[in-house]
This record gives sequence, C-alpha cells and structure tokens, in this order.
Amino acid sequence: MKMSETKEKVFKGGGFLVEDLSSDDVITPEDFTEEHKMIAKTTEEFVSGEVLPKLENLENHEFEHSVDLLKKAGELGLLGADVPEEYGGLGLDKISSSLITEKFSRAGGFSVTHGAHVGIGSLPIVFFGNEQQKQTYLPKLATGELLAAYALTEPSSGSDALGAKTTAKLNEAGTHYILNGEKQWITNSAFADVFVVYAKIDGEHFSAFIVERDFPGVSTGPEEKKMGIKSSSTRTLILEDAEVPVENLLGEKGRGHIIAFNILNVGRYKLAIGGVGGSKRALELAVKYVNERKQFNTPISSFSLTQEKLATIAAETYANESSVYRTVGLFEQRMGALTQEQLNDGREVARAIAEYQIECSMNKYTCTELLDYAADEAVQMHGGYGFMQEYEVERIYRDSRINRIFEGTNEINRLLVPGTLLKKAMKGELPLLQKAQALQEELMMLMPEEVGTETLEQEKHLLKNAKKIVLLGAGLAAQKYMQKIEKEQEILVNLADMVAEVYNMEAAILRTEKAIKKDGEAKHKQKLLYTQVFVQEAFNRIEADAKETLIAVEEGDTLRMMLSSLRKLTRHTPTNVIAKKREIAKQIIKEEKYVL
Amino acid sequence: MNIYVLLKKTFDTEEKINVSHGQIEDDGAEFIINPYDEYAVEEAINQRDEHGGEVTVVTIGDEDSEKQLRTALAMGADKAVLINTEDDLESGDQYTTAKILEAFFEDKEADLILAGNVAIDEASGQVGPRLAEALGIPYVTTITSLKIDGEVVNIEKDVEGDVEIIETSLPVLVTCQQGLNEPRYPSLPGIMKAKKKPLEELEIDDLDLDEDDVEPKTKTIDIFLPPEKEAGRVLEGELNEQVVELVSLLKNESKVL
Repeated sequence: MKMSETKEKVFKGGGFLVEDLSSDDVITPEDFTEEHKMIAKTTEEFVSGEVLPKLENLENHEFEHSVDLLKKAGELGLLGADVPEEYGGLGLDKISSSLITEKFSRAGGFSVTHGAHVGIGSLPIVFFGNEQQKQTYLPKLATGELLAAYALTEPSSGSDALGAKTTAKLNEAGTHYILNGEKQWITNSAFADVFVVYAKIDGEHFSAFIVERDFPGVSTGPEEKKMGIKSSSTRTLILEDAEVPVENLLGEKGRGHIIAFNILNVGRYKLAIGGVGGSKRALELAVKYVNERKQFNTPISSFSLTQEKLATIAAETYANESSVYRTVGLFEQRMGALTQEQLNDGREVARAIAEYQIECSMNKYTCTELLDYAADEAVQMHGGYGFMQEYEVERIYRDSRINRIFEGTNEINRLLVPGTLLKKAMKGELPLLQKAQALQEELMMLMPEEVGTETLEQEKHLLKNAKKIVLLGAGLAAQKYMQKIEKEQEILVNLADMVAEVYNMEAAILRTEKAIKKDGEAKHKQKLLYTQVFVQEAFNRIEADAKETLIAVEEGDTLRMMLSSLRKLTRHTPTNVIAKKREIAKQIIKEEKYVL
Repeated sequence: MNIYVLLKKTFDTEEKINVSHGQIEDDGAEFIINPYDEYAVEEAINQRDEHGGEVTVVTIGDEDSEKQLRTALAMGADKAVLINTEDDLESGDQYTTAKILEAFFEDKEADLILAGNVAIDEASGQVGPRLAEALGIPYVTTITSLKIDGEVVNIEKDVEGDVEIIETSLPVLVTCQQGLNEPRYPSLPGIMKAKKKPLEELEIDDLDLDEDDVEPKTKTIDIFLPPEKEAGRVLEGELNEQVVELVSLLKNESKVL
C-alpha cells in the first residue's frame, strides 16, 4: 500500500536541521488512504468491542484472556501487519501498522502486551532471522498461534544493555548453547512461547537467541506488582542451563548489539505513536467530563482556565501527531526506494528505520511526555473524581508513567540525539559544522527581518530562526568542549530539547500548509490555530534553553555578544496564545473530542 | 443464491451530534453503516457461505457512501452498487428510496433481499416492506433467525419481546433485528481484498427515472435534539410519606396517572 506511485524523495536522518523542506516532502495524516482508515477503524472496534469489556480481568492478571484476545486479534490480521506476506503476514506499510498501534493505545496495559508481541517480540526475527527461522516462527507469530516476548534488561543492566551478565556456552557436542542468567521485567512472560534473549557467548560476544518456553532450563519468576500497565504480564525470565539449539542463534555471533539497536528504534517510534493515541483519549475523557460537570451552576468547560488546559493538550497533540507520522512517512519514503527483494530481507527494512534513529528518539521523549502531561491535566480537570479508580482517567495516569522509562529512558534518548548528530557531522554525513560556521559569520551582520502577514509566515520565520539558534548553541558547545562534550549532559539535553522542538514545529507547519494548499484555509482553521499556538510556545522554550546553554558555555564579552545574537534571532511580535487557545477550545468543547 | 443487502449510511449516534438551523451538521460528524444493516450484511454473508451464491450490497447515497460499501465488501460481500443521487435529487424520503430500489430490482433475479429493521437516523422502517410490496414478494420484518432449506424459509420474528415463527418461501425480503447474529469486524485481509472488488456506480438516469418520478411524499419540517435529561430527585422521609409524595408527583407534576 504505497502512498503514491511516484518515486518518493528520500531524506537523511537528522537532515531537517540543515535542509529547507516543502510541504510536499512530508507525509501527513491527511494523506492516509481509505484502507488506512478502515484498518484504524477495525482496530478501534476490536479494542472497544473485545478488549475493553475484559480490561478488568486483565488488570487482575487473568492472563488467559490476554492469550485469547491476542489470538482473536491474529484472526483479524492485527498481528501480521509488519510480517511479510511470504511468511504468513500481511506485509502492510508502516503507516498501517502505526495506526494499529495508535488505536490499540486505548487498551492500556493490553496495548503493551500487543506491542511487545508484534514489535520487539516478533520484529527481531522479521529483521534478522535466517530463512529457516522465519519459516519456523513468523507464520505462527502473525496469527497468534505463538506469542512473543523480548528479553534484554537484567537486574544490573538497564540503559547499559551491553553490560549483560547472561552467558551462553556451546556444549561439547556443538549442538546447543547453554544459557545462564536472569532477564528482568519481561513483558508477556506469563504466556509467551518465544523469547528473544540476549546473552554473551563465552561471557564476551553479545548475541541474540530465539528461546522457546519449553526448552529445558527455561522458567519465569513470580508476577511483578506494578504501578501501572497492570493488564500486561511482567516477570523475570530465568535461564538455568537452558538448552538452546545452535540453529536458534539469531543473527551473527557477537552482533547482538546490532539487533538490539535496531529493535530499540522500532520500540521507540511505536511508543511515541501510543503516546499520541493515549493523549487523544485523555483529552476526550476530560472534555466530556468538563462539559458535564457543573460548579457554581456552570459547566466547568465554560471557564477559560479549563479551556486553556484542553487547548494546550490539543495543540501539543497535533504537533506530536504530525511529527510521529512524519517519521513514519520518512521510513515509507526510504522503503519506497527499495526493491521487493530488499523489502523481504528484513535487514534492509531495519536499516531504513535506523537511518531515522534521531527522529525515533525525539518522538519517543516528546510523545511520552505529552502523554504524561495530558494524563496529568486530564486527572486535574476531573478534580477528586480523577483520583478514583472508577474513572478511566485514573488508570491512564498510572499507565502513562512507564513510557518515560522503558525503551531507553527519556534521558538516554535525549543524550543520543546530539550525540548522533555530532557523529553524523564528524563523518561528513550532515553539513552541520559548515552550517554552524557560516551562521557565526552571518550573525555578525544580522539585521532584524520584517515578517509578513501571510498565513503561516510568522511560524515559518520562527522555525527558520529556531534552526539557527540550535546551530548556534550546538556549534559553540562543540567548539568549546570538543570530544569532552559527552560530560556536559545538561547542555546535551538542552540541545536535544531544542532539536526536538524544531522537528515538531516543522512537522506541524508543513502538515497545516499541505492541508491548506489542498482544500483552502477555511477548512483547516483548527489546524492553523494549533500550529500558531504550538510554534509560539515551542519557540519560547527554545529561547529559554538556548539562553541557559550560552550562559553555561561562554562568559564575559563573548557571552554578551552571543546573547545579543540570540536576541536578534528571537526578536518577533509574539502570537496571543491566550486568545488562540480559547478559540481552539471552542471546537473541542463542541465536538467533545480531539478535532482537526 | 442471489442475495442483496439494502444498506444505508447514517450518523454515528455514539458521537456527539450538533444540530443547527434544523439540519444535522455534517462537519465533524462520523458516518457508519446503519447498525441494523450490519446484521443484514452479516446474515447475507453467512447465508452465502452456507448455500453458495453471491452477495451484492446496494446503497442510495452520495460519493462518500462508497466508504460504507467498501466496509461491507471488507466484511465479505462480493459486489457493491452505489446509486448516487447527489446531483439529481435535493431531498428524498422512504417513498423516494423504495421507488429507486424498485427500478433497480426490475431486471434482477433476487432470491433473498435483506435490510435493516430500521435506520437509526430516521427510523421509518418502511423501505424494506414498501420495496417487497412493489416487487410482489413476501416480506418479514424484525427477524432474529433465518433458516433456508431449498425454497422453504423458516423465520423467527421478534414481536414485542415474543417470538413468532413463520414459514415462507423464496424469494423473500427480510428486515433484520438485533439478536440475529454478531456482525464481524472487517479483517485486515478483507480490507485489502475489498479495494479490488467490483463497485458499480449508477445514477437515477441509468434506472430510467427522473426527479419527478421519485419526488418525496413527505416534508421534513424541523429537526431537533431530544431535550436534555434533567437530574433525578431522591424522595426523603418515612416510606409511607415517600409513597404519598410519589403518587402526588405522578398525578400532578408529570401527569401520568
């Protein structure tokens, strides 16, 4: 299901910082086909018709329902989107599988169950399995006959995954690897049939294995008691002289980190999509409640402070939604350039996704933080009722918290962004350093620009300057600290935040521009309002981060000069976000949901 | 067996509906297959799977009705027909719909026609019976079970909570009631196949009709939302007093006694 038959442009990961993009370059939710919408609808109906009635059982750890529901999902094709047709899947595009992920998010902890199976559980085999392994496992994983889990984390190795202590040793006969160790917090472990397990061969070569539950020496610990996502099973996977046939080594010996790295990218963008879906749900619950709830004889939705909360969630959701589907669009554009043969070779697909690891990381931390914000404010709008378990929003609040922790903490993901950008710059893949240098000269003679009043002109102006601010900060930091920049984590995180804001601003602007170009501004007033509000607020955050960064990096006269450059770049007449948010809220209150 | 399903696109009443100037606002409204028609589609697919033949889904609507037809195709129907009246008709009622369908079925050999019991928007429940009358075939409304054996058709019909058992013969038109079956979700492989299935588009001109032939017999004066439900009242005091108060309220305030 290609978005179009014409050959798509292919962009470099991180390239948005140095390129000027047009709205035709991005894929937006408005480009989704009828099939995409039908797939989304089937997922939505499956979740509301089958999963939600069982959610209470799932929350009580009655996992026979999880297995049953996954098999039903399999019958509908909801487990096979990312599995190629020749291995019994549907081989759909990444937009289809992303929509499935988004719509599953309403199922709370069960969406984690589903995500672990189709994503981190099955994809290592899709991407890196050999022909035999794919034939053996994928058809059954695509239908739900077999259920999958992913076992990377250990008690003493979380973010430092390569520090794993689990070992693998070839037996004397050379027929089996003998695995010993403990894998912690393994999603789906109560019922998974197949685990992708990482262990070091001879305590040295980090490698991945396909381990079946029934292999001798494989067992699981007791069910963990968690703060949220209680509908998902989480246990320790215990390997005591576990016998894994040599043919179940996944990928090459000592190359497990390649698999882990690629799977993390997938896990990240999928969590981001879930975050967007969850935020939409939190907003919907909140607006329904505030329309119903009366205080002082007035529905509390008529108070402008309530409206501010609704509008902020909605505008942030719009930007993040635009951004995450922009990333999925980038995969599609890159995969569109592959031949069918390459597409069947999972490695190529993994590579196409890995090109955008920066984007995956950024989406992960901004979307999961959006969800936390939306969940928190939705509880707040419910007042005391939001604290009561009868209200769905209470569960959303608890379920949200883990998202900032798993698939790489948001801190790790932030550190990765400037780190990877600098690496790409050093390797000459991105002309960041050249651009930063050119900018320093430009800043010397920078004159304030007149911004016109055309639609989105102000936003585009802010975006252009935001890119320059990022380059200014990154350039100075790189110049000053050189290789030692790794130790300046606060500065790296500021940069990561600024880069992510830029990516999201641009995604929102280009999406709105594309929509307006197609059907005119009158039809897309709400999108325009979201964009205006988000861009202004994101720009304000960028300004604050940049200032803090400059102050940390420079001092004395140089600092004063740099701050003056920053002032030139940030000079503008700001948008009245209070007024715009009231307008945004009007539509949301009327439709009682996230509206576009 | 030639099986036809009459299908209508309706507003999703689970979503918020806004009315202004006596019209339901189209913007932002979600459209779905009329839920009773989903029972009809499901039953048609089941009957075809049991007896063989072909399921054709027919709708009268506009360009956007294609979505609901594709959904029915994704569920498993074989063919779809869209009679697009967008450019030809300004308004229509049950008479209009039945008249167009009569013309459509003129040259068809339908063994079984299924429709929803009512549409959840206008809820007339008339199109099915009117069409059957026009075609001169038997019809049974609000069915909850359908068994076909050769030409013999055994039907269970919902009658105010009771069940009526009816025997009739093909060809027949039935309207479907909740309880008949559980409509399936369109599966992903079904969705992918649906886009390759035939969907024929007709205009009333193709059926040798013009606007005057199908002019509605009724006029819609106004559309408005039901009044908002007000909060209930809890009576207080001794049980006896409460009963007395309740009776007095029922007599004097709500005037139902």
